[in-house]
Amino acid sequence: MSRPIVSDFRLLAAAGILSLFGVAMVYSAGQTDTPTAVAILYKSQILWLLIGLGVAYAVGHSSVRFIEWMTTPLFLFSIFLLGLTLVIGKGAGTAASTKSWLAIGSHRIGQPSEIAKVTVVLMLAKVLSNHRETPKSLLDLWKPALVVGIPWAIIMLQPDLGTGIVFIGIFFAMLYWAGVSWPLLILLASPAISLVLSFSVGLWGAWFFVLLALVLWYRPYLIEGIVLMVLNVATGVVAPMMWEKLAPYQQNRLKVFIDPSSDPRASGYHVIQSKVAIGSGGWFGKGFTLGTQKRLAFLPEQHTDFIFSVVGEELGFLGVTIVLALFLWLFLRITKIAERANDSFSSLVAFGLMSGWFVHVLVNVGMTLNLMPITGIPLPFFSYGGSFMLASWLAVGILMRISGEGRGSALSLRR
Amino acid sequence: MSFHPNDVARRARMSSMALAIGFVLLIGAFFKTQVIQHKQYVMQSEENRLRPIPLPAPRGIIYDRHGQVIAENLPAYSVSITAPSVDSLRSALAQLAPTLQLGQNDINNAIRRYRRAPTRPTVILPDATIDIVSVLEEHRLDFPRLIIQSVPKRYYPDGPSVASFVGYTGEITESDLNDPKYASYKPGQQIGKAGLEKQYEPILHGKEGVRFDEVDARGRPVRGEGPRPDLNPEGAPPLYTNIDLDLQKFTVGIFADSLQGGAIAIDPTTGEVLALYSAPSWDPNKFTGGIPVEYYKQLLEDKRRPLVNKVIQGTYPPGSTWKLATSLIGLQEGVVGLKEHMPVPCTGGYQFGNRYFRCWEKKGHGSLDLQHAITHSCDVYFYQLGLKIGLARFIAGGIKLTMRDKSGIDLPEENQARWPYSKDYYDKKYGPRGWSNAETLNLAIGQGSNSQTVVNMAKLYSAFAAKGQAPRPEIAHLVPQRKEIFRLTAQQDSVVLEGLKAVLEAGGTAGASAIQGLTLAGKTGTAQNTGGADHGWFVGFAPADHPKIVVAVLLEFGLHGSRAAHIASAIIGHYLKVGPIKAVMDEG
Repeated sequence: MSRPIVSDFRLLAAAGILSLFGVAMVYSAGQTDTPTAVAILYKSQILWLLIGLGVAYAVGHSSVRFIEWMTTPLFLFSIFLLGLTLVIGKGAGTAASTKSWLAIGSHRIGQPSEIAKVTVVLMLAKVLSNHRETPKSLLDLWKPALVVGIPWAIIMLQPDLGTGIVFIGIFFAMLYWAGVSWPLLILLASPAISLVLSFSVGLWGAWFFVLLALVLWYRPYLIEGIVLMVLNVATGVVAPMMWEKLAPYQQNRLKVFIDPSSDPRASGYHVIQSKVAIGSGGWFGKGFTLGTQKRLAFLPEQHTDFIFSVVGEELGFLGVTIVLALFLWLFLRITKIAERANDSFSSLVAFGLMSGWFVHVLVNVGMTLNLMPITGIPLPFFSYGGSFMLASWLAVGILMRISGEGRGSALSLRR
Repeated sequence: MSFHPNDVARRARMSSMALAIGFVLLIGAFFKTQVIQHKQYVMQSEENRLRPIPLPAPRGIIYDRHGQVIAENLPAYSVSITAPSVDSLRSALAQLAPTLQLGQNDINNAIRRYRRAPTRPTVILPDATIDIVSVLEEHRLDFPRLIIQSVPKRYYPDGPSVASFVGYTGEITESDLNDPKYASYKPGQQIGKAGLEKQYEPILHGKEGVRFDEVDARGRPVRGEGPRPDLNPEGAPPLYTNIDLDLQKFTVGIFADSLQGGAIAIDPTTGEVLALYSAPSWDPNKFTGGIPVEYYKQLLEDKRRPLVNKVIQGTYPPGSTWKLATSLIGLQEGVVGLKEHMPVPCTGGYQFGNRYFRCWEKKGHGSLDLQHAITHSCDVYFYQLGLKIGLARFIAGGIKLTMRDKSGIDLPEENQARWPYSKDYYDKKYGPRGWSNAETLNLAIGQGSNSQTVVNMAKLYSAFAAKGQAPRPEIAHLVPQRKEIFRLTAQQDSVVLEGLKAVLEAGGTAGASAIQGLTLAGKTGTAQNTGGADHGWFVGFAPADHPKIVVAVLLEFGLHGSRAAHIASAIIGHYLKVGPIKAVMDEG
């Protein structure tokens, strides 16, 4: 059976344009008045893109069943690699004290967590699609929770808060796509919501009553309801009280442990410089490669975490809108692919990959304007980084395959 | 799991909507930052990358009345540095200390300047030598934040000769910075510290300019040419003074090294100060850019007190020069007729109560009228004139002659003359019964509670030379101000004038200072000095009938007025270009 090289032109176009745009921005990020090592990184970014295209082509010519068959071994292998980082991991860049990189000697090979983002999506899709019944109780979700929980725990031990957030985002998005009801999702998320709201007694109190009403209306198992409420009290009341008891230096240690880039002075400076860069860009920007904030090294991590600030400074509001529109176009396209997929596994994979990217874009872009905490999470197709580029194009390949086999596609019509 | 197509389609719709809302919110946030708040961030980005380097303005040049330069500006080099924090400044200074030969004092000063204005380049060396500058230029790359600038430096070609009135410039001090008068000033700037430099600071200081350097996040300059046009400094307009530099230098020359005292020459018609010198002097050029500790110590320890201006700051009992004032008060009050003799003729002294007041002439002057009493400076005559006026009227008369005020000369350091405000002064000082009318006798001959500056006496004689119109002594060429302090009839005026003329004729107290072909008028004086030898005074003017110059000279420990008169007559002769001048330095 002959297969077309490009089965979903729009998907490829969106991802391709974003990648080329990204390579151009990595090039620009290297154009500083005082030359740094960043100046030549765009070359390796191009190389990684080419490798990624090759992987995508290969995956695009396999089949969804093959991918599903490979899922479990790939997942276990990526867990193994993640576990390895705890033993021989190395840090890099702003997160030099963490262990998210696999390295031989001083040579860093890659970040297993980037690959794990794809394998976890595949594994989660497989587990969820094997469920016959829609989960009615939190206990029904133990399997998918385990699939995300194990790599998540390892990643939080590295520690890499940003990637941890992505995993949680993927988890909830895929549960939603699998048909888990809203109340159950909220109950699941309630301990985390309690933690976030714990800074204000009033807000937390209000939330607690909402939760109580939800529990009474949804009527989960008694034990489950009690555990849930206890957990909420623990995260919303006890945790802040214990936090208060800690000495400031202990608090800082914990903060830095959970999020290495949380050094308030440094990150405060980064965000201010990023906002200044973006704000001074105006409607049309200062011109490609001409951003002064970037050129004069005021903008930190301009080729990785803060590459979107370079877009804002040099290409202005126009450039920002174009890039964000391209991302939206890509995500809507993938949602369509998920909708039209032939089977639940394909559908869940597509939606999971999309939601992972969406969390990346939301957190990364929001971070440049200080709308999100600084977590050192890259922007898909833009931020410099081999593993992530490779993983992203691996995902594109999978999506191409799913799209090709889906309803309404050229492939399915021919069948 | 529910994967019914309808369910999936519903979730896809919901997801698409959520995605769209998410992106619209993000784009909205960017719109706010990039379009609405654009200007604010542009400003911040400019502040980030543009480092303003102040360009000091040259001070106004000070000229004498003939266009000769009194104060000008020479190029010098200043070394300054920018620093993000005090700690970083400290470590930079520690690194630079050996190269720049910085002392602990220099370092402390730099840190103090930094704390005042952290965003401004901190001056380390206001006046660096060319050796230091060339070494620094070699190590420029090691110290990217260092700024070496060519700056104007104040220079006085005649140094010590003009110090008495021109003052000096120096770095603004911490207390000056707290003064609202200097609100617009920044640490490290040069300001006038004394004399004309201080008096006319608002005129002389000019307007500082700015150059914009583009720097990277570490403060390293990245481009030679400014990304924004420089604001050039605006030099101040010149200051024209009434000083006759030639006469000034002549005055300096005739004060021999051993003499200490002061001299001032005034044009009585306008109040223009032609020369003003306090001996010994000091070198204002050494004061520019920080006073060297050694030099300052030397000046402070000098017993001749060079830092005290003997023309405007030192106050001395005016002695017999005061007899002009006593005469003027007596005539104004109408207590003495022009030909009237005092009841008691001079026999070398005057008995008052149980005290005997001596005349300076032990042989006695006999019976005199006012004119001759002035010429011979007869104390006995003036004791009785004083008593006729009465203490209360006498004090009031002195106040009316403005002898309790400052002369109003345009120098910031002038001290006020000492003269009682009323009889209460004595009650306060000695108790109501602690003093007697003998004070009147003392005041009448220029002793007692009377202490005048040289400039104030020059002003009194200028007023007499100008028929009662007292001019405000002015060094800078502004609008002359006059005030009538007395009015005499023609006869009265001529009697006093004749008396003063005869002082410089054969037989007068300053007869040896007469000048061939020029009528001088004046009065010598001896200020009794409890702490040592008496001070010698002379105040006079010429030509006597149409005065063009008034000169007041005080010689500390000069014993009596004849030597002061020599100096004064030499100054007058030089100014009016009349000669030949008699032996000036002749010990008379």
